[in-house]
Parts: sequence; C-alpha cells; structure tokens
Amino acid sequence: MDRSAFTIPCLALAVLGTLYASEQLTKSPPDDGKIHVKYWEKWTAFEFDAMKHVVDEFNKSQNKIRVDILSVSGIEDKTLMAVSGGIPPDVAGLYGPNVTQYADDHAVMQLDDMCREAGIKRDDYIAPYWDACVIRDHLYALPSTPATTALHYNRALFREVGLDPDKPPRTIDELNAMADKLTVIEKNGHVKRTGFMVTEPGWWNWAWGPFFGGKLWDGKGKITINSPENIKAFTWIQSFSKKYGASALSSFQNGFNNMFSSPQNPFMTGQTAMEIQGVWMYNFIQKFNPKLDWGAAPFPSASPDLQDPTVIDLDVLCIPKGAKHPKEAFEFLKFVESQKGLEMLCLGQKKITPLKKVSNGFIEHHPNPFIKLFIKLAYSKTAVSTPKLGIWSQYSDEINNAFSAVTLMTKTPKQALDDVANRMQPMLDKYMERLRVRGEQ
Amino acid sequence: MKSITKREAWAGYLFASPWLLGFLVFMSYPLIASIYFSLCDYSVLKSPVWVGIDNYKMLMHDELFRTTLANTFLYAAIALPAGMATAIILAMLLNAKVKGMALYRTFFFIPSLVPQVSLAILWRWVLDGEHGVLNPVLAKIGIHGPNWLNDPLWAKPSLVLMAMWGVGNAMLIYLAGLQDVPTQLIEASELDGANGWQKTKHVTLPMISPVILFNGIMGIIGSLQVFTVPYIMFPGGAPVHSTYFYTEYLYDNAFRYHKMGYASAMGWIMFIVILVLTMLSLRMSEKHVHYQGS
Repeated sequence: MDRSAFTIPCLALAVLGTLYASEQLTKSPPDDGKIHVKYWEKWTAFEFDAMKHVVDEFNKSQNKIRVDILSVSGIEDKTLMAVSGGIPPDVAGLYGPNVTQYADDHAVMQLDDMCREAGIKRDDYIAPYWDACVIRDHLYALPSTPATTALHYNRALFREVGLDPDKPPRTIDELNAMADKLTVIEKNGHVKRTGFMVTEPGWWNWAWGPFFGGKLWDGKGKITINSPENIKAFTWIQSFSKKYGASALSSFQNGFNNMFSSPQNPFMTGQTAMEIQGVWMYNFIQKFNPKLDWGAAPFPSASPDLQDPTVIDLDVLCIPKGAKHPKEAFEFLKFVESQKGLEMLCLGQKKITPLKKVSNGFIEHHPNPFIKLFIKLAYSKTAVSTPKLGIWSQYSDEINNAFSAVTLMTKTPKQALDDVANRMQPMLDKYMERLRVRGEQ
Repeated sequence: MKSITKREAWAGYLFASPWLLGFLVFMSYPLIASIYFSLCDYSVLKSPVWVGIDNYKMLMHDELFRTTLANTFLYAAIALPAGMATAIILAMLLNAKVKGMALYRTFFFIPSLVPQVSLAILWRWVLDGEHGVLNPVLAKIGIHGPNWLNDPLWAKPSLVLMAMWGVGNAMLIYLAGLQDVPTQLIEASELDGANGWQKTKHVTLPMISPVILFNGIMGIIGSLQVFTVPYIMFPGGAPVHSTYFYTEYLYDNAFRYHKMGYASAMGWIMFIVILVLTMLSLRMSEKHVHYQGS
C-alpha cells in the first residue's frame, strides 16, 4: 500500500483535531446574562493578584457586570494599537506619564462628568496624584496605585564602616561623605562596593534636576533642562564618575544590569549601600533577602529649602475611547476608587493609597515598616512629577541619553543639557503650536 | 487563450488566492497607506493631517536620524562582510568529507535556532565587562578585555560578534551551493596543478557566486534592519546612542512618540536606501557572478 495513502489522512486529522481543540479552549464563556467589561492591566505576579482580588470582590458584588482582567505586557503600545484598531479594552491600567500623550490624542475618555455624578473629587485625593490625571482642566484617568521614593540604605554596612545606622544622610554633602566611606575600591581600580549609586536603578534620571530645584520646562513653552540648577545636579552626578572612574563604575554596574527583580539586585547583595527606591522595594527585599538589615529615609536635600525630595510615581486606570461598555467600566472604577477598594489594592501591592483619608487598619496591617514615611513624602513640597507634555517619552529619552553621556564623561553636564534643550525646544514649539491650532492650549 | 488554459489559470489564481488576499490586505495596503502617512502629521489615534514633505524636511535636520543612519551603516559595513566570510569559511569546512560531519553541521547550525531574545540575554552574560565569561578567557592570553557593553567604542563590535553566532542559515545556503560545484571542475583544476587556495579562488568561489550574491543582498537587507538584539540589550541605544539603530528610532517614533507619519517617512527612506544598494549589488555582480546555465 502507498505510504502517503495513510500519512496524508493522518496529518489532516491531526490538523483538524488541533483546530477543534484550540476552538474549544478559546471559545467565549457561556452567556451569563452579565455585561463583560474587558480590563487590561500591566501587572504580573503579586501585583496582578492584588488587583485580581479587587476584581473578584467587585464581581461578587454585582449581578449585572462582570470584569474580566487580563495581564498585558507592553500595555501602552498595545492599548494604542487596540484603540486605533477600534477594539480597545473597556478599562486600561496605564502608567501615569502616559496620560498626557493619550489625552492629547483623545484616546482616553474624559471622566469629569462621571466623577462629578459619582462624587469622586480632588479634595479626597493627595493632590499630586489627582493632578497627574488632569490634563488641561479635564480628568482623563484615576489613580490606582501611587508611590513615593526615598533613600534606602543598608544598616549593616553603615555599622561596618562606623556610621550610625539611625542617622542616615540628610543633605547631599552628608550623602557624598557617607558614600565615600562606604565605597570599596580594589587595588586594581575595580569597584567592589559603592556607597551610593546615582545610576541605580536609573529610573528617574529626569528627577535629579528637580531635586536640585531645577525645572524641566517653564510651563509655557520653554525647555529649561539647561538651567543652572539642572546643570548643578548633573555636575553632582558626574562627580561620582570623576571620583571613582567612569569605566570602573559602568563596568561594576554592568554586572547587575536588569537585575532589579532578582537576588542579584545590588542592594540585596550589599554591592551598593544606598540607593533611591520606591515604596515597593520592601516587597522585593522580603522576596530576595528578607534578612537584610535596611532602613528608609527622605532623600537627602540639595539645599535647606528643598527638604524631603521625592518622586511622585503612579499607575492609573483609564477608559479608552471606543470602549464598548464605558458606563459599566466606570462602575468598576468607582468600586476601585472607594476607600475600601483602593486600600484593598494598595495594601495588596504594599504601596501607599492615593486618598487623603487612610483607615487605621491600612497602616496597622501594612507590612512595610516605613509606610508612614512614604505617605508623609507624598505631601512633600519638594515632590516632583513628570511634566504633563505629550512629547514626554521623547524628552525623557533625551534626558536619559544626556545622563549616560555625563556618567560616561563623554560630555560635560552643560554640553549634554544644552544638547537636550536644543533638540527638544523645536519639538516643544511644534507641540504647543499643534495644541494652539486645535484650540486646546 | 484556449478554454482549458484559461480554466487552469483561474484554478491557479484560486489556489493562490489565500496568499494573494493576505498580501493585498496585510502588505500592499499598509505599504501604500504608509506613503500617504509619510506626508502627514499622523499619531495613529487621530486622523492624519496633510503636511506635504515636512516629515522628510525635518528628517534632514534631525541629528538623531543621522546618528542612527550612521550607526546602522557602520554596523552593516562590518557585520555584513564579517558574517559572509564566516558563513563561507564554515560552509567550506563543513563540506569536507570527514566522519561525523552531520553532527558538526548540526552543532554549527543550532545557534541560529536560538530566539533573538534569548540570544541577547545569553550574550549579556558572555560580554559582561565585570562578570562575563569572555574577558577572563582573554586575560589568560594576556589581553585586557574592554567593557564590551558599556563602552561606546566597543558596543557595536559586540553586536557584530553576536551576529556571527547566527550565520547558520547563510552557512546552510552556502553549503548547498558548495555541494553543487561540479567535481569534474575541481578534478580538472587539480590536474592543472592548482593548490587549495587556487581551487577555491578560481573554481569554488566563482561557482557559488550566485549564492554569494543572494546571501549578500539578504545580508544587506537584514543588517540594515537590525533591531531585536540591540533593542533588548541596549535600551535607548545606550551607551550614548552608540547602538541606536535606524529601525529602533523608527519604532520609537511610531509606537512610543506616536509620530507614525515621521516613522513612515523614515521607513520609505530606508526602502530607497535598500533598493539602491540592491540595484548596485546586482549591477556590480554582472562581471563577477557566474551562472551555470549562462
């Protein structure tokens, strides 16, 4: 018998079987008579679980709506494509700095009216978190999990070099002096340990200037990245490369690049004694080195009038334009934004809550021993946020490149920042012009 | 046309129709649309606004456009010949009649099966200046290895080195070409007293010249569109834009900065560059490529 007479039908059967199985596995859930709200969220692992818990609670409380949460990587790109393709989710969990860009493109719905009706108002929130969602007087998102940053330091290493672990640095000068004491350079010039690493984790390179009193733009139409305050900040940044060697430092850091969520994180391994980090750092310390003797304190100030500098960081919930069930989506947002919902979520993720009103239980049950500090920092007058500019992604990339040039000493701070200003000013001019033409400025 | 031929032609189109439909919807429409978008201010989310050739004018004054173009050309200028030479040499070695050759061929081909993302992570461990595998090996032979990934001078050569690892596909095509070289020609050259190098230069290479041309053109296209590995290994083109390539800047403009019109213009410039280089290669090949049938 010809072999193909047997093989071809078998192959055809296998293909059909696979198609049938895939159809069975991916078919829509049975119609339960509820409106299904599609919710895309960027989180994974325990952060996702915390939101899943909130979603489950909402679903339990409902007989008309069901929220289907899905963890989506690269959410800002995928939401963009989904909105443009006309098939967006009903709720998208974006990053705070995305809001302006999405609002500029009218890709997310204005929530002013719905919030007004639901009694959700600015007064209930810690101002910077609410304000980050307001673009040109309209509300486009609601805060989900906020954060602030602080200096994290290794108490055991402080003791090892004779520093008092209960007295972390309060000024930049003290930080420099302590960093010097804590840094260990081997005879061959290799860095064994850094006291403080300005490049680690390298997520808020734009914030150093504002920590020194600088601004990124004047709020009207001028890029001010090359202002004296920003240059001063970048000069401080370069001082570490001058002191310890740009190549030695970059080589040292190369060993743990992209190792934040791992036991090789330099703060967990004791390779760096101090670094700026957010309220979430506690979770990772617990996971990767629970025995670490650490502390958190306000980041040292550059001058007496710039006490308690911190970065206002937040995740938000939006309703993309073209969502099939915006009303039902907002019902879910309303549930999340209640004190109960936000505390459930933020406690689950072990962050702070964006609401001014905090229940005693939230602080009592919060495992982060420094939670009060992180909450206090959210009210700091020196708290800095990303500027509300639709060109921010590009601007922050340019700042990161200048940061890299300064730490590798390929440019002076002034050169690097002048280059950023020269490049970004025409883009800002064009951006402002576009807003003016649309009558949105 | 006879009715039977007509019927066959229709049947042919019918059988090819899934591909034709896919091509029209997923390839030709975006291609044509991107010409229009390149002449518009277009963010994907809002309707395109006609701006004429503004995007192209702006590109001419965009310093980062020039940087990424220069980076890409430099990378291609090193990676392409190095990759082709490596693939040809490997193919020649693997064409030898040695016991267990099937095994060797498999070993040399396997790296090209490794997904690009895994490749990037793997090479990070190899090239790490502090804890990597390569520098201690170099130190043993008295070479002080550079900070491969963080030094603007060495970051691009690192990428070329990594690209060498994925020459398996080209190597396989050369190997197929080498096995097609008529043995009587080799034997004739041997009778004429040709040594190994002379046989390679005057018989083998001319006989596989169409394959070299094909791989060369594919290499030009591939190296000018390098994206995945640098995008993962060197976010933002770090250090200081030394590894920021054309397609990365195009991607960032399209999807991160929401400047699809600008990105479309970049895409068309790259298309023209590749087209010109391909035509030049074909023109130059006329004297050097020998087809057996001609």
